[in-house]
Amino acid sequence: MSFLTYLINGLSLGSIYAIIALGYTMVYGIAKMLNFAHGDFIMVGCYIIFSVSAALSGNSVVGIIVAIILCTLLGVTTEFVAYRPLRGAASPLAVLITAIGVSYLLENIALLIYGADIKSFTSVINWEGVSFAGGQLKIQGVTIVTILVSVVILIVLQLFINKTKQGQAMLAASEDKAAAALMGIDVNKTIALTFAIGSALAAVAGALLCSAYPSLSPYTGAMPGIKAFVAAVLGGIGSIPGAMIGGLVLGIVEILSKTYISSQLSDAIVFGILVIVLLVKPTGILGKKVQEKV
Amino acid sequence: MKKTGKIFSVVMASALAVSMLAGCGASQQGGSDTFKIGAIGPLTGGAAAYGNAVVNGAQIAVDEINEAGGINGYKIEYKTEDDELNAEKSVNAYNTLKDWGMQLLVGSTTSACSIAVSENTKNDNMFQLTPSGSAEECVKYDNVFRVCFSDPNQGIASAQYINDHNLATKVGIIYDNSDVYSSGIYQKFVEESEGKNYEVVSAEAYTQDNNTDFSVQLQKAKDAGADLVFLPIYYSDASLILTQANTMGYAPTFFGVDGMDGILTVENFDTSLAEGLMLLTPFAADATDELTVNFVKKYNEKYGETPNQFAADAYDAVYIIKAAIEKAGVTPASSVSEICDAVKGAMVQIEASGLTSSKMTWSASGEPNKEPKAVVIQNGVYVSAE
Repeated sequence: MSFLTYLINGLSLGSIYAIIALGYTMVYGIAKMLNFAHGDFIMVGCYIIFSVSAALSGNSVVGIIVAIILCTLLGVTTEFVAYRPLRGAASPLAVLITAIGVSYLLENIALLIYGADIKSFTSVINWEGVSFAGGQLKIQGVTIVTILVSVVILIVLQLFINKTKQGQAMLAASEDKAAAALMGIDVNKTIALTFAIGSALAAVAGALLCSAYPSLSPYTGAMPGIKAFVAAVLGGIGSIPGAMIGGLVLGIVEILSKTYISSQLSDAIVFGILVIVLLVKPTGILGKKVQEKV
Repeated sequence: MKKTGKIFSVVMASALAVSMLAGCGASQQGGSDTFKIGAIGPLTGGAAAYGNAVVNGAQIAVDEINEAGGINGYKIEYKTEDDELNAEKSVNAYNTLKDWGMQLLVGSTTSACSIAVSENTKNDNMFQLTPSGSAEECVKYDNVFRVCFSDPNQGIASAQYINDHNLATKVGIIYDNSDVYSSGIYQKFVEESEGKNYEVVSAEAYTQDNNTDFSVQLQKAKDAGADLVFLPIYYSDASLILTQANTMGYAPTFFGVDGMDGILTVENFDTSLAEGLMLLTPFAADATDELTVNFVKKYNEKYGETPNQFAADAYDAVYIIKAAIEKAGVTPASSVSEICDAVKGAMVQIEASGLTSSKMTWSASGEPNKEPKAVVIQNGVYVSAE
């Protein structure tokens, strides 16, 4: 019975990683760049929800909508100002370093505005969850909602990419930007759209992250962001179902190693597993090996 | 060239002699009938609340002692300096006070500043009593003593308190392994728990990179049947632990140390989750003993706020110095170094009583030995747990 409890705890943690990883992998899959500031977009989303809800005396629905809109704008602006000018740069490192810079910029702006003191976040989900076996097993409401939301996002993204014109344009742009441009696809617009979707997902992930772990500080997004990145790589970066699977696996492994091996070593074990998976299958669990054409 | 050098040295030597004479004269005239006590703390900036509490608390004690006739008939002169929570500025503040003629130092308020100043008090052999410098190294020199418990010794004090007040039969611990403050307290707590009337049933660590999900640590404490969970951590992590414990329906007694102080100030935190939380603190402003009531009243009248533990520590510090000087029998005419040696010797013999404990003694290492006190949160405020 206690094993099941821990498994459920792992599922709740993993579902959070999964929903963050979806945004990560979406941007990477299309734009082929690692947006290391993704975790900080989440933090920004959380602060927006926090502030708007406080101003509207606890109306979190409006808060989430405002956060989605503002995060989308933030993502598009960041892409336009910081990433687009570097897309043609000789080294892909330039844009990676810029992303890290954006990450610190956002953290420090939040530090200036809100200070380092943590704030307690009011959960946007007022549902206790469900209990089994006479209350001994309990799945929290936020866990169920997070998993459902992740699955919905997963399906919608898959349909969007495979069935719509813009989605096809994204796929084309991800395979070969120059060729896509020749086919009449506005690559800049397509990548901006990718960032808009990724950042909107960050706001949703922020709402769920802070509902599950209701403590908000300028560094709230940093560590979950890195873990979600690991989850995305584990699942196969660029693969949308892979992000989901990677997130859940990571959460469950983390909780079970905390439980049965050592609470201090859990991170070492999680990252160790990442190394092993990448050694055995370098593209991750669901990653496709793409033949580079010369 | 040689001649000028000679003349120069003669001039310097005489100047030195004159200044030494002047120094003697000054100390005999101005200093012989008063003890000069200085205090240092961050009076401006982010930690100003701590520094001001210290200088204000000490001021009240100085006023009381002077009204009652001073120390062995000698009045106290008292002067404060700001260190802005900066170790270098703390040393500057110390030098300013030394120029003023300070003979004994209450300070500095914070650990890093206190350590920096202790390098100088060591060289000058000046007696230093820090009210609130809790890092272990604060008292590494034999001329430095402290009023508060050291960080790790809070672990010992917590174990004693839980034992003495029969708070638990089974204790779980959740601590931050990546933080020297937390792991230090944890180690001392576990050592001291040997042979107590409770049993440590779970001890689970986390790190600053992994401080969002506490479900495993809490579940293990719950499965082991812990009826008290000891949290030697800062309040920011603790607020998450309390929330998650509530979600999983686990309600043991939570027991924290001074890092827990601040949990009620977390913005938007549901303070009902902290109901019944206990924390080790040397001072509760609502205590009903005469000394506390008087102190809180005077502090409120003079400074318009309720004193915190820093004010209480500093208030006690001045009385401790008084007791040690009386025991040592020194007079203001003695040199700084003579006073230091005598007071240092007296510190290990005296038994002081004050706001933070009714019975405090010191070992030569500078560490206090006193009965721990705790508060419990009831209806959103600290209430003395006695």
